[in-house]
Amino acid sequence: MMVEGMPLVEIKNLKKYFNVGRGAVLKAVDNVNLQIREGETVGLVGESGCGKTTLGRTIVRLYEPTAGEVLFEGKNVHKLAGQQLKEFNRKAQMIFQDPYASLNPRMTVRDIIGEGIDIHGLYKNKERTERIYELLSLVGLNKEHANRFPHEFSGGQRQRIGIARALAVEPKFIVCDEPISALDVSIQAQVINLLMELQQKLKLTYLFIAHDLSMVKYVSDRIAVMYLGVIVELATSEDLHKKPLHPYTQALLSAIPIPDPETERKKKRILLEGDVPSPINPPKGCRFVTRCRYAKPICTEQQPELKEVEKNHFVACHLY
Amino acid sequence: MEKLLEVKDLEVSFKTYAGEIKAVRGVSFDINKGEIVAIVGESGCGKSVTAQSIMRLIPMPPGIIKKGSIIFEGRDITKLSEREMEHIRGSEMSMVFQDPMTSLNPTMKVGAQIAESLIKHQKMHSKEAWKKAIEMLKMVGIPNAEKRANQYPHEFSGGMRQRAMIAIALACNPKLLIADEPTTALDVTIQAQILDLMRDLQKKLNTAIIIITHNLGVVANLAERVLVMYAGKIIERGNLDDIFYNPRHPYTWGLLMSVPTPDLDKSKKLASIEGTPPDLFAPPVGCPFAPRCEYAMKICYEKYPEEFTVSDGHSVACWLMHPLAPKVKPPVGKGVTLS
Ligand SMILES: Nc1ncnc2c1ncn2[C@@H]1O[C@H](COP(=O)(O)OP(=O)(O)OP(=O)(O)O)[C@@H](O)[C@H]1O
Ligand SMILES: Nc1ncnc2c1ncn2[C@@H]1O[C@H](COP(=O)(O)OP(=O)(O)OP(=O)(O)O)[C@@H](O)[C@H]1O
Ligand code: SF4
Ligand SMILES: [Mg+2]
Ligand SMILES: [Mg+2]
Repeated sequence: MMVEGMPLVEIKNLKKYFNVGRGAVLKAVDNVNLQIREGETVGLVGESGCGKTTLGRTIVRLYEPTAGEVLFEGKNVHKLAGQQLKEFNRKAQMIFQDPYASLNPRMTVRDIIGEGIDIHGLYKNKERTERIYELLSLVGLNKEHANRFPHEFSGGQRQRIGIARALAVEPKFIVCDEPISALDVSIQAQVINLLMELQQKLKLTYLFIAHDLSMVKYVSDRIAVMYLGVIVELATSEDLHKKPLHPYTQALLSAIPIPDPETERKKKRILLEGDVPSPINPPKGCRFVTRCRYAKPICTEQQPELKEVEKNHFVACHLY
Repeated sequence: MEKLLEVKDLEVSFKTYAGEIKAVRGVSFDINKGEIVAIVGESGCGKSVTAQSIMRLIPMPPGIIKKGSIIFEGRDITKLSEREMEHIRGSEMSMVFQDPMTSLNPTMKVGAQIAESLIKHQKMHSKEAWKKAIEMLKMVGIPNAEKRANQYPHEFSGGMRQRAMIAIALACNPKLLIADEPTTALDVTIQAQILDLMRDLQKKLNTAIIIITHNLGVVANLAERVLVMYAGKIIERGNLDDIFYNPRHPYTWGLLMSVPTPDLDKSKKLASIEGTPPDLFAPPVGCPFAPRCEYAMKICYEKYPEEFTVSDGHSVACWLMHPLAPKVKPPVGKGVTLS
């Protein structure tokens, strides 16, 4: 399903650098361009440390960008103030990767979920309570859990509390940062079914960050593959799986562990040799060059640009 | 095969103001030297608590080990003093935690955290320990290890923190490594490297590994034996092929059917197990899966099923295995496709 529509989120030449001491600069996100249409799910995958969370956090204003801009409904989110800012803070939510660090340990589940409802004045008194119970049951928890504290829950249960909190304020756009990694498969399926159902019902738009490529393929309309701060491939999820173009994407797809012992015993992986370069001193040319089997002289010289090599299929690689 | 660890009839509870949470309710299993065993099961079923009990890392209070023994190399862990335990922890057995941020020390450089363990357990000098720490960081695939060793955990990405944890756990060549969701935060290429790393370790040093994971792909790749837990109990156990190709418990069926595969049909909803696991404040007397089980019979609600043996090493706690129960054809297994 391709959603043709207005871009809800437009990311333009976005850079987020961190100063890491002694004058060193870590380029976590380095010139990313991406549009997310209303009602669409864009999957974001890539190596650990390649900048996915940083990109997500910059979009929802948890970070100031170093350069470039993020437009939400046409407006630069980092320039918003007053009522518009408050609206943005309601409309754009993030489900966090680390369910442990992202819940206030001194608040009950009721207050964690209720906080946003109160800030935005959405429901009061009895309605508020009912809404909280409804959200709890939506994510597979129950009323009895409302008065407990985060440390009394298992990892997966905490992740569901985070999802309920994000949904509580009726957002339009959610950055889902590995919302299911901490969950067991059956709950994963429930949460994904839930996120998809809510998307249809509420016309939600998602940026879906995850490592489980089977799941990313299932939920996403398009998938962006990131490597060391840049997008190296962008395509519909079908095309990306059927015909991965970037050598990194090819390695990524070959490494998916398949839940079948015989397949796993027989499987040949594309093993990535070489060191993962550091985002502090990324290679001069293509960022993947240190691990690429196909690298040519030009790859060490010049950074390839993301270009459309087939319809709606973009890749940043000198092979194309 | 030589036994390394023997968990016998373990019961662990948490006393909260709302009542007693019975997290682990009578769990028994053995781990042999150099063996890789996976523990799988629904969120909240007691996997981490079981692992933490073996490491004696249950916060007490509120936690208590109510019953049972944990024999590690002949010694009952539950009876050791904290000092004896500290010696074992980190040198003979170590653990990679599910939540790297809460188990790494936020105020200490990552390199120093690895070195500390080496100084303490291997009696290394600080210079030597620092060198080894950098080596360990390289081994788990952290680029620029020299520089990274001097950084604090918050400066690492989620996956790099996880790798740092693994480096700490492996530093002293433990006999038992417990890895609680060690690769959930990693992308698949690094995950493949970490799995290879663990397998290498097992081959070279004969390290036994308990891996707790939700990812059945990881299980299929790494494990030799599998324990399936539900609501504080082991409901099925067997070798890898038993569990994937001849599963017998309806919960295991549900688990296998909900696994995402690359060729999932987008137009269909994902299969999942309806309902929620039982309240561990008042676990049911019968089979804890009964309210969600489409095959449940009257007896399932009344009595906990004994463990029936399917074949050598493969057993299942389900009344369907009783000779008088109706014959049910497993919906998954050999010859049945998963998607
Ligand atoms: N607050 C920070 N200060 C300094 N460096 C940071 C900070 N946050 C992230 N980084 C660095 O930025 C890079 C990108 O990190 P990020 O968390 O965005 O990665 P990620 O793609 O989400 O990885 P993962 O899959 O492991 O979660 C990493 O090299 C990380 O060490
Ligand atoms: N410190 C604690 N205080 C109170 N209850 C706890 C505590 N730690 C764990 N529990 C409870 O014990 C049960 C088992 O938790 P455990 O962490 O072992 O689950 P798990 O199987 O590891 O789940 P997950 O896959 O989500 O990590 C859960 O119901 C949880 O709420
Ligand atoms: S014992 Fe009964 S309820 Fe439990 S899994 Fe077997 S058939 Fe289902
Ligand atoms: Mg991240
Ligand atoms: Mg756990």
